[in-house]
Amino acid sequence: MTALGWTLADSWTIARRTLLHWRMQPGLVIFTWFFPVLMLLMFGGLLGGAMDFPDGSSYYELLVPGIFALAMLFGLEGTMTAVTTDVSKGVTDRFRSLPMSSTAVVLGRCIADMLDSVVTLGVLVATGLALGWRWHEGLPSALAAFGLLLLLRFALLWVGIFIGLTVKNAQSVTMVQVLVWPIGFLSSAFVATSTMPNWLGTIAQWNPLSATATASRALFGNPDPSSTATWIGTHAETAAILAPLLLIAIFLPLSAHRYRTLSR
Amino acid sequence: MTERMIEAVGVRKNYRGGTEGAGLNGFDLEVAAGTVTGLLGPNGAGKTTAVRILSTLLDLDSGTATVAGYDVRRQGAEVRRRIGLVGQYAAIDEVLTGRQNLIMFGRLNHLRHTKAVRRADELLERFSLGDAAGQAVSKYSGGMRRRLDLAASLIVAPSVLFVDEPTTGLDPAGRIEVWSAVRQLVDGGTTVLLTTQYLEEADQLANRISMLRAGKVVAEGTPDELKTQLGSDRLELVLADPADVPRVVQLAEPLSDGEIRVADVRVSVPVKDRTRALVVMANSLHEAKIEPEDITLRRPTLDEVFLHLTGAEVAA
Repeated sequence: MTALGWTLADSWTIARRTLLHWRMQPGLVIFTWFFPVLMLLMFGGLLGGAMDFPDGSSYYELLVPGIFALAMLFGLEGTMTAVTTDVSKGVTDRFRSLPMSSTAVVLGRCIADMLDSVVTLGVLVATGLALGWRWHEGLPSALAAFGLLLLLRFALLWVGIFIGLTVKNAQSVTMVQVLVWPIGFLSSAFVATSTMPNWLGTIAQWNPLSATATASRALFGNPDPSSTATWIGTHAETAAILAPLLLIAIFLPLSAHRYRTLSR
Repeated sequence: MTERMIEAVGVRKNYRGGTEGAGLNGFDLEVAAGTVTGLLGPNGAGKTTAVRILSTLLDLDSGTATVAGYDVRRQGAEVRRRIGLVGQYAAIDEVLTGRQNLIMFGRLNHLRHTKAVRRADELLERFSLGDAAGQAVSKYSGGMRRRLDLAASLIVAPSVLFVDEPTTGLDPAGRIEVWSAVRQLVDGGTTVLLTTQYLEEADQLANRISMLRAGKVVAEGTPDELKTQLGSDRLELVLADPADVPRVVQLAEPLSDGEIRVADVRVSVPVKDRTRALVVMANSLHEAKIEPEDITLRRPTLDEVFLHLTGAEVAA
């Protein structure tokens, strides 16, 4: 087999390991898949009644794409925890001492986590449809929106790998897990940024999560009263592509470097 | 002529910041094929650093190191093809079963699926893990985990096996399990570099011992050679009456080969000519009408060698 062939075979072996985890601990993985559903139902119920849309559409039309984006952000925690656990248990060192391709270790992680995100999105889409959420611009446009969401997930994956390789212990992971919440809330995931105080709205608009949420709403044909006359307000699609690419450009090389020079 | 499986010359490694781990400071090592060499030293002496450099996990600052004839810096891939590493932590997936772990590592060693399965089952039998093969590793005892860890590093029968503190944190039963597993490897002809801070472990398992202190090998040889190196055997006397101590020291003086140590009613005399010293001393005591509680000859323990060479005070 060629070097590339081995890299792919090794990556699949590593990804399969995560699939085996799912089989060994079905309760845990089902919980992580359904956690965003819980968020959707909770916030839909909590805030839906107080939301008043001029066109009389349901809050779920706004909230469902927001929760999609939020679920992509929460995926970061899973990546980070898995990477840190492997480093601290010495599993990463064992991989590094094997005659396998070193790219495969991270590539395998990518494959597994992207599969995980696809399932998460699938569960959320089914729930959303059951709650009355619809896409209105046709399937190709909806698929483009899912593409943007998975692009964000792919970018955050590298952030997760980098943090996972950098932090020394589980406590630091907990800290990042806590920080994920304000980042998730300070966005257009739950409410239009135009309803926030000006300064806060601006910060929220520049949150890459908002760009992806707003852009996918446009592609689904769901309402998003966030649009303002600012550049970021009118260029959500561009930002939803550029911001993840920027994150990848920063964190992919950093993670690769960190992996090569890993030492406890 | 014995083939050298590991050779390190003047290896230096300083960690940035300096506190994170122990560096190496002109580390030399030679390990002949088919032997077990114990790298013995206290915490922070640089044992793990040495293993990590030799197994290509960590880059060195200067010096050279080869494993199975390949340079660890320039031919890392060749080195990795020939080594097995058992790190300080049992580096196995705790969620998976023992069998799933070994199959996965077999696949990552580029065995075909059927071959990986067969090898996994062979190794599970060999390390007496057959009954637990289908259980998640999180249910294993400490000793079972280390054995699985050893098995995982033996999938492709490495030429050199690095075993870093294999029994740290294990109970005595687990320790004995792991020792017998390591002995089996040696019978199979694998060259082993074992690090440990337990003297007993090195004494039990290793043909040769290198003692490490502050990133440098300070003594090297067989366990017996090291014991001899520290000096002579000792004649140990335990007296019934503390008042007799000065007289006994005086009697022992002509036989002594070094410093006579006294602690309470114990007198410890370094001697060269073992039997003669014992007979002469016994006679002198008899003539002086001193009846000792106990009189014995003993070799220095590896503990004493270790403490002596690594700079700690030897308890009398």
